[in-house]
Amino acid sequence: MLTPESLKKIDREIAKYPVDQKRSAIMAALAIAQDEQGWLSSEAIESVANYLGMAPVAAYEVASFYNMYNLKPLGKYKLSVCTNLPCMLSGGVDAGEYLKKKLGIGYNETTPDGLITLKEGECMGACGDAPVMIVNNRRMCSWMQPEQIDQLLAELK
Amino acid sequence: MAILGAINPMLSLGLDGDKAWRLADYVKRGGYSALRRILEEKQPQGSVINEVKKSVLRGRGGAGFPTGLKWSFMPRSFPGDKYVVCNSDEGEPGTFKDRDILRYNPHSVIEGMAIAAYAMGAACGYNYIHGEVWEIYERFEEALDEARAAGFLGSDLLGSGFNFELFAHHGYGAYICGEETALLESIEGKKGQPRFKPPFPASFGLYGKPTTINNTETFASIPYIINLGGETYLEAGKANNGGTKLFSISGHVERPGNYEIPLGTPFATLLEMAGGMRGGRQLKACIPGGSSAPVVPAEAMMACTMDYDSISKAGSMLGSGAVIVMDETTCMVRALERLSFFYYEESCGQCTPCREGTGWLYQVVHRIENGQGRADDLELLACVTTNIMGRTICALGDAASMPVQSFIKHFHDEFAYHIEHKKCLVPVDVQRAGSGFFTARV
Amino acid sequence: MEIEIDGKIAQVPDGSTIMDAAQQLGAYIPHFCYHKKLSIAANCRMCLVQVEKAPKPLPACATPVTNGMKVFTHSELAIKAQKGVMEFLLINHPLDCPICDQGGECQLQDLAVGYGGSSSRFQEGKRVVFHKDVGPLISMQEMARCIHCTRCVRFGQEIAGVMELGMANRTMHAEIMTFVGRSIDSELSGNMIDLCPVGALTSKPFRYSARSWELSRRKSVSPHDSVGANLTVQIKNNVVMRVLPRENEDVNECWISDKDRFSYEALNSPARLTRPMIRVDGALREVAWNVALDYVTHALKDITGGKGGESLAALASPHATLEELHLLQKLTRGLGSGSVDFRLRRRDFSTDGKRVGTPWLGRRFSEIKDLDAALVIGSFLRKDHPLFAQRLRQLGKQWGKVSLLSLGGDDPLINLHAQVAVSPAELPLALAAVVKAAAQLKNEPPPAGFEAVEPCASSQAIARSLLDGEQSAIFLGNAAEQHPQAGQLHALAAELAKLTGATCGFIGEAANSVGGYVAKALPGALNAYEMFAQPRQAYVLLGVEPELDCHNPQQALAALKAAALVVMLTPFSDGGAVDYADVLLPITPFTETSGTLVNAEGRVQSFNGVVRPLGDARPGWKVLRVLGNLLALPGFEQDSSEQVRDEVIAAGEGFVSGLDNGVSAGPWSPSAAPAGLQRVADVPIYAADLLVRRAAALQKTHDAAAPSARMSAATMAKLAVSDGAPVRVRQGEGEALLPARADETVPPGCVRVAAAHLSTAALGDMFGAINVERA
Ligand SMILES: Cc1cc2nc3c(=O)[nH]c(=O)nc-3n(C[C@H](O)[C@H](O)[C@H](O)COP(=O)(O)O)c2cc1C
Ligand code: SF4
Ligand code: FES
Repeated sequence: MLTPESLKKIDREIAKYPVDQKRSAIMAALAIAQDEQGWLSSEAIESVANYLGMAPVAAYEVASFYNMYNLKPLGKYKLSVCTNLPCMLSGGVDAGEYLKKKLGIGYNETTPDGLITLKEGECMGACGDAPVMIVNNRRMCSWMQPEQIDQLLAELK
Repeated sequence: MAILGAINPMLSLGLDGDKAWRLADYVKRGGYSALRRILEEKQPQGSVINEVKKSVLRGRGGAGFPTGLKWSFMPRSFPGDKYVVCNSDEGEPGTFKDRDILRYNPHSVIEGMAIAAYAMGAACGYNYIHGEVWEIYERFEEALDEARAAGFLGSDLLGSGFNFELFAHHGYGAYICGEETALLESIEGKKGQPRFKPPFPASFGLYGKPTTINNTETFASIPYIINLGGETYLEAGKANNGGTKLFSISGHVERPGNYEIPLGTPFATLLEMAGGMRGGRQLKACIPGGSSAPVVPAEAMMACTMDYDSISKAGSMLGSGAVIVMDETTCMVRALERLSFFYYEESCGQCTPCREGTGWLYQVVHRIENGQGRADDLELLACVTTNIMGRTICALGDAASMPVQSFIKHFHDEFAYHIEHKKCLVPVDVQRAGSGFFTARV
Repeated sequence: MEIEIDGKIAQVPDGSTIMDAAQQLGAYIPHFCYHKKLSIAANCRMCLVQVEKAPKPLPACATPVTNGMKVFTHSELAIKAQKGVMEFLLINHPLDCPICDQGGECQLQDLAVGYGGSSSRFQEGKRVVFHKDVGPLISMQEMARCIHCTRCVRFGQEIAGVMELGMANRTMHAEIMTFVGRSIDSELSGNMIDLCPVGALTSKPFRYSARSWELSRRKSVSPHDSVGANLTVQIKNNVVMRVLPRENEDVNECWISDKDRFSYEALNSPARLTRPMIRVDGALREVAWNVALDYVTHALKDITGGKGGESLAALASPHATLEELHLLQKLTRGLGSGSVDFRLRRRDFSTDGKRVGTPWLGRRFSEIKDLDAALVIGSFLRKDHPLFAQRLRQLGKQWGKVSLLSLGGDDPLINLHAQVAVSPAELPLALAAVVKAAAQLKNEPPPAGFEAVEPCASSQAIARSLLDGEQSAIFLGNAAEQHPQAGQLHALAAELAKLTGATCGFIGEAANSVGGYVAKALPGALNAYEMFAQPRQAYVLLGVEPELDCHNPQQALAALKAAALVVMLTPFSDGGAVDYADVLLPITPFTETSGTLVNAEGRVQSFNGVVRPLGDARPGWKVLRVLGNLLALPGFEQDSSEQVRDEVIAAGEGFVSGLDNGVSAGPWSPSAAPAGLQRVADVPIYAADLLVRRAAALQKTHDAAAPSARMSAATMAKLAVSDGAPVRVRQGEGEALLPARADETVPPGCVRVAAAHLSTAALGDMFGAINVERA
């Protein structure tokens, strides 16, 4: 199920923890599996669980608890906009509305071409840079005024 | 450079170069000299802790608990494994200081943790890093590699016989993991559900072993305390509020960002450093310590100095030092609605009052904001918050309740107006103008 | 430590919680998530109480007592907090008590009546939670009722040893579920139904069949395994509707296995035999009791009179009551036959005549928690003994070093100290290795015959754990009793016990395995295996289905088909009886008779019938007594089952006397492993007795799946078969066509083929040579 490269990465994570605490690597392992496939299928969760020697339902508990795991397939790019209060005061909500209009979709929807899924995010720990958004959990974009948003969208192909 | 200004800087001193985060740069700034001295002089653990006690460093994660005292709770002679854990989960809305510390000065955290580990007899540590700041996690991993290669981490540090290994663990999107016991559960590979205390982490922490958890900024301050001496550090701030602190200013100011100032600096000074109110508008209210802290109306806020005692006297909390500034264009109902949504979304779902109560609070505030408020809604909100507060496993229940109580207390008329007129006292276009989002082209 | 609760003072040990202290004082503090056998979650917050000097109410279940603490459970602060929590619990809970299965026995309903406001201030929409299908036993149809106490989740993790349920998501969308639609398969799963304080987890077979207040409750004892779990049987209109645990800390604690719980469905099965039947012109016909008894009396007299007493053999189920076993052996002996036995699955009887006393567990169940080390030999532990395994699981979680000498099989879900899995032929050798290791550790010369034995690291670890432990125990499991060298295993275990100071004993195959010895349902002539190996003219079978219950069903069937007379005392009319029985006498199952079972620890547990006998069925002891009268045998004058029991066990005895696992055995020498494949036969959990075989819901579980030929990938490769492919399995003249299954827990050189199933009834010995080829 998981590629050898992913397993190697997971092994590196496992090594961070005491030998009898392999399951500590579950969060990293799920993130690695998600990077590989774009989302976490139940097969992926189960193979991670088996690899770490934990009950599949325990792995599912983790996968469904943390926001950044995708339990359903999404567009090629997941674009999460922070609309929490500090961001809202500096245009976070407006940036979200701007994106909705430009993409013609609402939150938790995917553009018809399957390119972008729009998500409303919670505080990303970068409120000073508002409006803030994250692409695919990895790339944080700061000070996203309309011009920057247009630029970003042009880049995401 | 993201520390935008400072008075008497320590943590943010000398971070101008674009390689400030590199080990070489840190060492040039005097980095790792504190750790080196402690190890070379084989300082007794107790005296290191004493120095921290003298500094009256108070935890920078939110609760402001004296760090030296916390360290002295660790059973230092406990024979088994012990851990030090750094809380970089920074998820409290308005807080973004730990991100900059890890981005520009990660080795100060590593050094601080190594000193802490030495003082408490721990041989292993973890830094739990907020999931959304991925590049920070990667940078910290790099810093760890540098420190290991230079012998500041690993076995037999600098030939002293002291061993300390440190690893980074990333979060993946759960505010509650900022709560220290939820964080431990999360490292253990479980859902981030807070534990009931007692037992406290000092006796039953990570993997059931004695553990000390501090905030990133707390650890980052340690080398400076050791180098300057506890008393000098204390004097940098004011009595009972030692040292300088990073404040994250967001919202309606001209230059949102991080500022390092001595504790006790007037709020007015801080506001000025941040370029003053955006567009020269009027301050309406301020949340001085992150979204969980009670809101303080303008006048009271202007009278505060930025330290634990003064803010607490004003009826709020210094918390994590996240200052959310709101001007006259802000609709307080809408602001509260967004905060309530946050707490509802982030409840771990474990204990009844929080799981059910946060949803209830949000639904009622949401109704009011959307013109469907009822006459007895404010009383209902007051009642639901009392039923949550103090009855939950962790402080998230309190954190969700305090904004509701304080918003209604200080801006009662605005809420009443909303309920009665089914609309906002502050017109929507005024609110949008305040946000500074420029949509002319759409 | 001293604590005052509502003015009453209690002394509690250090580390107690307020809840512990309150229970000691008999003070009730409302709660949902707290359960004395589970870890503390403190998540429901219902148990908030006021503690002097504490600014906030504290959860009684989690707050440790400090000396001099003063607690108020009914103060204004406490009541207000409790009411507040109750309001939160109810806002998203459907108010469907009138149609809820839990209605009348719901903790939430009970407490809500006391605490809930009259009308809810919550006027938003209630949460919607989808139902889930988790198998035939537990219903998760109404998960909106769940109050997230996580008792079920903790039960899985902590008691059942397998986490099948989890709480997914967070916020008020937190939801109890299995992993993507999986079923719940634990053999202890039904306890979660009891633990659920609301009507979220309910019993699928019981759902909507009765309201709790219509049921009357009677005490009973489970007749399924050697624990003898104490039961509460609930009945309505003379029908058993439901079975629940009756708490007895020393026996079953507060748990029962799914077998104990759900097998009651068989009691109401259409296959119940309600009238005597006699074979007339090749077919079984219903007749009146007097006709049937008359027929049996004459037939038995004729055969034993004409061909001698030894032409008769009698077999009883080890699940039969002490009274039945006693009267059966008496009757058989009265007719001049010494061929009576209840040890149906035994192959090796070499210890008969060499035993010192009645074989038993070797210690009490309640003492298991105090063990430092335990070794289980030859057991499919979790499926053979769900509750016994549970006790060892708790032991393994603490200090106890639990080791296993097994024939492979399911993961016992125990934190094991050491495990050695070998083929049946190697089992004595493996045990001998532990004996030798123990001798070496003690610097004693190993017993004679052990020269060639080489202890491996695991056997040394096991020996050391038994030696180091102040309290150690050795338990022989079912497979060790069914093993062709059962006597050797017994002797070796006794030797090991002697060397290490451990106790040695048998977990016991059935509900009355100890009782059978006590009742002396033991052969003076042919034993259970020989009775079929040397076919008899007449057989009396008490609650036995030989094609499923005996060591060699092939042999049993052949003998029965050739016999002149087969009399079966049985509660059921279906099964093999149709082929070979000449007379069927309807006897009642445990719910319709009084009787006694002696569990593995020797505990005497008598019970009464809880409903009237169905149709014309009669208690087995009565039928045997009448037969005794009709045959004019002495000693059949009893008027009650108590009188029968008192003939065997002195009245008032809590435990039987004469329990002793001592054995005098000759020297041991290793025997060579046979060439070719060996069979490993387990008795699947829901095939183990005639009730479970007919319990509809249990038969739909994964554990009741039809047998396959399980073997390791290496064995499969040698036979050139692939997973799932059909194979022909042969023993003696019989064969079975089974799917092959890859199973790495099966030891090399072995094929695991379950016994006790019709599809394998044509096969021979449970642990003999077996031939497997591609079909
Ligand atoms: C709901 C909740 C969220 C918290 N989030 C954070 C956080 O993001 N970062 C942090 O350092 N402390 C956070 N805390 C506080 C921690 O529990 C803990 O007190 C702190 O990390 C201790 O470090 P300090 O003594 O150095 O402040 C949070 C507490 C609660 C109750
Ligand atoms: S207060 Fe909320 S976040 Fe904290 S334990 Fe309870 S449910 Fe979880
Ligand atoms: S019983 Fe104490 S919190 Fe649930």
